[in-house]
Amino acid sequence: MKLTVWTYEGPPHVGAMRVASSMQGVHYVLHAPQGDTYADLLFTMIQRDGKRPPVTYTTFQARDLGGDTAELFKNAAREAVERFRPQALLVGSSCTAELIQDDPGGLAEALDLPIPVVPLELPSYSKRENWGAAETFYQIVRRLADRDVRPSPREGRRPCCNLLGATGLGFRHRDDVVEVTRLLASLGIEVALSAPMGAAPRDIARIGSADFNVLLYPEIGDVVAKWLEKTFHQPCVRTVPIGYGATRDFITEVARLAGVDPAPALAADPSRMPWWSRSIDSTYLTGKRVFVFGDSTHAIAAARVASEEMGFKLVGLGCYNREFARDIRTAAETYGVEALISDDYLEIEAKIAELQPELVLGTQMERHIAKRLGIACAVISAPVHVQDFPARYSPQMGFEGANVLFDSWVHPLVMGLEEHLLTMFRDDFEFNDAQGPSHIAASAPMPVEAARPITAATGPHLVWDSEAERELGKIPFFVRGKARRNTERFAAEQGVEIITIGTLYDAKSHYAR
Amino acid sequence: MSSAPVVQLPAPTGLCATPSIPRDILRERGQREVFCGLTGIIWLHRKIQDAFFLVVGSRTCAHLLQSAAGVMVFAEPRFGTAIMEERDLAGLADANEELDSIVEQLLQRRPDIKMLFLVGSCPSEVIKLDLSRAATRLSAKHLPRVRVLSYSGSGIETTFTQGEDACLASLVPTLPAAKPGAAGDLLIVGSLPDIVEDQFKRLFAQLGIGRVDFLPARQSVTLPTVGPDTVFLLAQPFLADTARALEQRGARHLPAAFPFGAEGTTLWLQAAADHFGIDPQHFRAVVAPGRERAIRAIARSRETLAGKRVFFFPDSQLEIPLARFLARELAMIPVEVGTPYLHVQHLAPEMDLLPADARLSEGQDVDRQLARCRAEKPDLVVCGLGLANPLEAEGISTKWSIELVFSPVHGFDQAGDLAELFARPLMRRELLRFGT
Repeated sequence: MKLTVWTYEGPPHVGAMRVASSMQGVHYVLHAPQGDTYADLLFTMIQRDGKRPPVTYTTFQARDLGGDTAELFKNAAREAVERFRPQALLVGSSCTAELIQDDPGGLAEALDLPIPVVPLELPSYSKRENWGAAETFYQIVRRLADRDVRPSPREGRRPCCNLLGATGLGFRHRDDVVEVTRLLASLGIEVALSAPMGAAPRDIARIGSADFNVLLYPEIGDVVAKWLEKTFHQPCVRTVPIGYGATRDFITEVARLAGVDPAPALAADPSRMPWWSRSIDSTYLTGKRVFVFGDSTHAIAAARVASEEMGFKLVGLGCYNREFARDIRTAAETYGVEALISDDYLEIEAKIAELQPELVLGTQMERHIAKRLGIACAVISAPVHVQDFPARYSPQMGFEGANVLFDSWVHPLVMGLEEHLLTMFRDDFEFNDAQGPSHIAASAPMPVEAARPITAATGPHLVWDSEAERELGKIPFFVRGKARRNTERFAAEQGVEIITIGTLYDAKSHYAR
Repeated sequence: MSSAPVVQLPAPTGLCATPSIPRDILRERGQREVFCGLTGIIWLHRKIQDAFFLVVGSRTCAHLLQSAAGVMVFAEPRFGTAIMEERDLAGLADANEELDSIVEQLLQRRPDIKMLFLVGSCPSEVIKLDLSRAATRLSAKHLPRVRVLSYSGSGIETTFTQGEDACLASLVPTLPAAKPGAAGDLLIVGSLPDIVEDQFKRLFAQLGIGRVDFLPARQSVTLPTVGPDTVFLLAQPFLADTARALEQRGARHLPAAFPFGAEGTTLWLQAAADHFGIDPQHFRAVVAPGRERAIRAIARSRETLAGKRVFFFPDSQLEIPLARFLARELAMIPVEVGTPYLHVQHLAPEMDLLPADARLSEGQDVDRQLARCRAEKPDLVVCGLGLANPLEAEGISTKWSIELVFSPVHGFDQAGDLAELFARPLMRRELLRFGT
């Protein structure tokens, strides 16, 4: 047993859901008790999906355990196929169903369904979400890929590739796929298939028709990339194009594999990022102490950008996914920092507190840590929250991605010229660094309303009695100001001089109208 | 200040333990789009301020807790999960040892904790890890500093708010016995936000009902007493086991409608007033200001909601009282009122107030229910977070039901807020324009 307060990764079947929900034409029948449906809201709320994830939960209860939970599974699978008419069916167990050992794969096989069934064995008590996504993707490709498909002869056609690894609930995967597709188009290369995101089982069948693969997210696509290398002899581009330099390296590597000239794409470079970083306002970025934590791929990429392209000083580097610990250790050695491999939130918090960085580049978890410690933070990696799905186009990869990185990492900091002024007026009673970045209200000190004692009313002859005042104190600070103003305005209009609890609630109901 | 009530509330029919109108109830089973009982920890740990909730479960349980409410706010929250691993499944003896050492570790780290709940989950129930025995063992070790209790919040046994029921029921045997012959106490059962609790306290004091206690108490060391002279009002409709446990300790339940809206709150208070023999005229005088405020405060939402058809998916068991509030005070038309579990006895006073043609459904087969919902084309759907955006995308306005559990919605002075929760999605829809 391991005591956990917050987790970086969900169980492996959530990884399978990420794969299923980002594909077309698949349905996942999950043998699971009531409650496991919470996972739906990850997609419908965090990602704002306008449709339910394609998952049917068998919803067994305690009273079913002595009876026939297998029958429950078979009915659910049969009905799901009739109702949703998928091209392929994924079947598996959540943590509880794993214990009752009903064997969804075997049961589904026995149903003799008219579509391919992909059984998933995802051990919940030893593996996690990213592993579950990678394994699901691998089982889908292994089961559905037509082994006889090969690329057509190269003469008279453009080179083509598969993009591997993008899924739902990934950090900006949606926009990265678009950006990398554009980048490849600028090299004259077609994307035959993006998978899992956007692919249907029928597309997966033809995965062997591409000349090579581009592995965008090793956490999810590495197993498949290796299998495709072995099975179809498709070479794989492994440079992840996050950051300006990495994007140029990516172009070079892709061009070599595809047999095209990288020069026009490199020359057409539309990125503003290098100039923004060289311009003098950015001088103040120099040597800012930065702590980087996330999944291994995003953390390693961020470390490079932070130290080479932003001129920050890397003070810590880590990841939560042990499967890629070796890569993080190698990178940490390059930068002369200690690698932190952990998914213990409290340990990471302690490390950040100890290192006292000026900027944290992390996940949503580190955003909370940084907020509490009063440190600026930008999010660079999953686990994600609703704000990591911006309405605007906001990739991390490619040249546009590099622009996005510059903006989003600099935004939480005090602006260059402003920092300069703050240094000059360090002891000024109004304009000092306790004020925080002027453009971010959220990091400003407590609003005056919350800070000032609540005894004195703002009106000319108004007094709050002590009970009413205590009641006002119970109202959350972010609406307390409004409640105070409304109550006092109401009291003044009514000619009330002493504000009681009654006045407070009379005012509340008055303004509710 | 007082003005004539905008809404004339129909006189309620008698409050009895079985509904006087027989109803057909559609009972379904299939896929349920409802949280499990673990979710209650999210509000219970805020309410009982010196308690820690330790789920003994899987990574899924931990992930549920942090995803369900987006509660990643506290560095070290007063809840956590002892995540079982493969070797825990191999031998129960080892699992118990592991649990003991985790509790040891936890209590050392958190000296502020006075009460520890071991919360059972689906996996712990399936492997038959006996948490009540573990709680007894650990209590013996850690009392008097920490009392260890256990309950199950597992999805195979509990839905969503039943977790609170199980938690409170586990507290009942620990309540001190009331002194025999002492003046009868009133116990309010079900966790309420502090501000609402204080409002009710003031009302009971004005009524002249002296000793009023709340379960759960804000501090686990100041638990209310219970005995044959105790009477209790349920503040929430999902407390079947807790009520039974209190009755076993001799306490008596006062059947009442639940305190939502002007009418519900009046009826609820009246059940107590009648029991304590409060003079009806005094009762009316005490209740009138709050009741009028409530009626005034809901008037604006009533303009938006009157005549609109509402469809409830099952979620918190609050559905029937809320549908009653919407039907009688806001003139909405409940089309279907789904509830995960229907406690006919506790809900009898509510069911009598609900329009006779509202369809009641218990349990869920979500795909069938969605088909009914689409066919009905309601103006507003009350549903969980997994369904809300997909229905909005189909053009159906929704109110996500979890807010009804997490926000202060009980009592006179929250009636306006409660009404507005339902009105806001419709007002927003009216407000938005994206050109032609």
